[in-house]
Amino acid sequence: MGLQAYLILAATVFCIGLFGVVTRRNTIGILLGIELMLNAVNINLIAFSHFNGSTTGMIFTLFTICITVSEAAIGLALVILLFRVRRTVMADHLDLLKG
Amino acid sequence: MMSDPGSLALVSLLLPAISFLILGVVSPLRRLGRPAAYMSILFAAGSLAAAIGAWRGHAEGQVTRLAWEWLPSNGASIATVGILADRDSTLMLILVALVAFLVQLYSVEYLHDEPPAALGRYYTYHSLFAFSMMGVVLAPNLLQLFICWELVGLCSFLLIGFWYQKPEAARAAVKAFWTTKAGDVGLLIGIVLLWRVTGTFDLGELKAMVTSGALPAEGLSLITFCIYLGAVGKSAQFPLHTWLPDAMEGPTPVSALIHAATMVTAGVYLLHRTVFLFPPDVLMVVAWIGAFTALLAAVLACVQDDIKRVLAYSTVSQLGYMMAAIGAGFSAAGFFHLITHGLFKALLFLGAGAVIHAVHSNDLPHMGGLAKKMPQTAMVFVIGTLSLAGIPLFGGFLSKEEILGATLAGHQTGPFVLLMVVAFLTAFYMFRVVFLAFYATPAAAGHYVNAGAAVGATHASPAHGHDVSHAPHDPPAVMMLPLWILALLSLGVGIYSTLTSHFLQFPAEAGAEHAAPGWLTPAAVGVAIAGIGLAWLVYQRRTIDAGKLAAVFGPIRTAALHKFWIDDFYEGILALALLAFSRIVGWLDRYLVDGVLNVVSAWTVSAGNLLRTVQTGRAQDYVYGVAVGLLILLLWIRWALA
Repeated sequence: MGLQAYLILAATVFCIGLFGVVTRRNTIGILLGIELMLNAVNINLIAFSHFNGSTTGMIFTLFTICITVSEAAIGLALVILLFRVRRTVMADHLDLLKG
Repeated sequence: MMSDPGSLALVSLLLPAISFLILGVVSPLRRLGRPAAYMSILFAAGSLAAAIGAWRGHAEGQVTRLAWEWLPSNGASIATVGILADRDSTLMLILVALVAFLVQLYSVEYLHDEPPAALGRYYTYHSLFAFSMMGVVLAPNLLQLFICWELVGLCSFLLIGFWYQKPEAARAAVKAFWTTKAGDVGLLIGIVLLWRVTGTFDLGELKAMVTSGALPAEGLSLITFCIYLGAVGKSAQFPLHTWLPDAMEGPTPVSALIHAATMVTAGVYLLHRTVFLFPPDVLMVVAWIGAFTALLAAVLACVQDDIKRVLAYSTVSQLGYMMAAIGAGFSAAGFFHLITHGLFKALLFLGAGAVIHAVHSNDLPHMGGLAKKMPQTAMVFVIGTLSLAGIPLFGGFLSKEEILGATLAGHQTGPFVLLMVVAFLTAFYMFRVVFLAFYATPAAAGHYVNAGAAVGATHASPAHGHDVSHAPHDPPAVMMLPLWILALLSLGVGIYSTLTSHFLQFPAEAGAEHAAPGWLTPAAVGVAIAGIGLAWLVYQRRTIDAGKLAAVFGPIRTAALHKFWIDDFYEGILALALLAFSRIVGWLDRYLVDGVLNVVSAWTVSAGNLLRTVQTGRAQDYVYGVAVGLLILLLWIRWALA
């Protein structure tokens, strides 16, 4: 199993996450997709770190995980607030920017 | 510097300009009314004094030219700006300054009911007018003359429309402006054509070219005819005479200054200054049209009931006289009549103003028997009328006779005959006014009514704010003084010229060169006295019934009451032409111009509609777009740049 396999896995996870972000109607689902995309990045960082023999990637991954958690917390808080105001969390109802 | 006559002429020109600038810029002073009036009068008096000084320095034929470069191009200058003071221009300068001064003095009392702001506005316009008119008089070149010419037209417009709240006044102002403008276009074309041929605007250079024979003769008829058109408009010659009677909607002092003594004579003055250019065929036209205008206007004056309109038509008629003299080749005679006419016509207008001021009506049927109530006004008015009729010892006698002599000497027999008829009519219609207004009993005056105005109706409209029970009386001294000055001047000029057979330095190029036949003087005076006699019989003694007299001239009278349908004709033609033109323009605008714009805007709207569907407002779609865009970008980098 070389670096390539990890990269393919990361790309696959990233694409699944992106697909979720683009297609999910529920805002919470979109947040989940974003989590997947971030985790794909983490896989990449770990893989390069392992194969390059450098710990920098690992350290970075720890940072990313922390930030991902806070991002998820803020995101969920936003969704709850959004629900309070609009009584919905469906993304295609949130089209105030429609031209 | 200040004492030499040329500079005095310049001072005379610039004083009203300074007055205008002060009044125009310092609006608090203007809104005060009376102080503004006093300042303007003071400047006008200074201007008059300077004009007299300038004339004394040029009376013996000296010529002063002050010119500064203007419109420089390639080192040379296309035109100069400055003044040309000689005997004629300084004499005219005195006339302008004198009448302007007297009229401004007179107006203080005449317009005492006006609100202060309006009075200030009035004097501002007056100052501008005095400056512009003096600019016309002193202009050394045609370009400067044209600019001032337009300025006097503007002042005329502003002052006719002084009571712009009155619709008739506003209409009359616009009519005067447009009608004179029609002639002014001709003048401008003439000046430019002349410049193309000669390369100069300067009167002196043009004269030198004519004397040396350097001026090409071909095309000159057209050029001078165009210049004459300007004079036709300004001096109210047929067929552009219709604006002058309507201009009487302005305040009476304005009519006296602008529409009798000065501005309308600018056309005559222009021809007098440029007459050396005119070939005989154009002069012939000038003479015939002048004589015809004189006759037409005199006939029209006979049927008017409005005292100012009689005087207005009389002015048109007298302008025709002057033009006829110029056309006959004796422009000095025309110019001489211009000066004397300026004096006594201003007098008549100001006298009429005093009458209107007293009875609060323009209509002759509302007057009558005023000689007892306002004896001084009656006296000066009669002096003016006798001058206009051409009675010996009065102002217009010699000048009128010189014109008649000039037309004879110029072998213009047709115009001469017309002018003799006009001399009779002039005496008749002027004494009709005198008898109806001043001497006949009021009831008798109402006996002959054209307009059908209710006789004996209250003279004052309640809106005028005057005491109705106030009996007519002579105006206060400040109005009487200008009248007496003008009357004495008319009389003085008349006595002097009758006794010496020449006027100042007009030993008359007219009088000396052509020996007028001996029968001319008795004939001219005879027809005038016949006219006076007829008026006396009809309107004073009523031996001849006015109705019967009118019946004799039935068709002519009807036509005259309709102003020979000339105004109607213009209105018909103009209305038709304007309507047709605006229809075409309207169609073009609606379907051609608007059509193009509508198509363009429709395209823009539909393109926008197409594009707006991209903006769904859903964040997910944008993310999709970003992702696809990024993908394309990456692929492009991979395949295109690798």
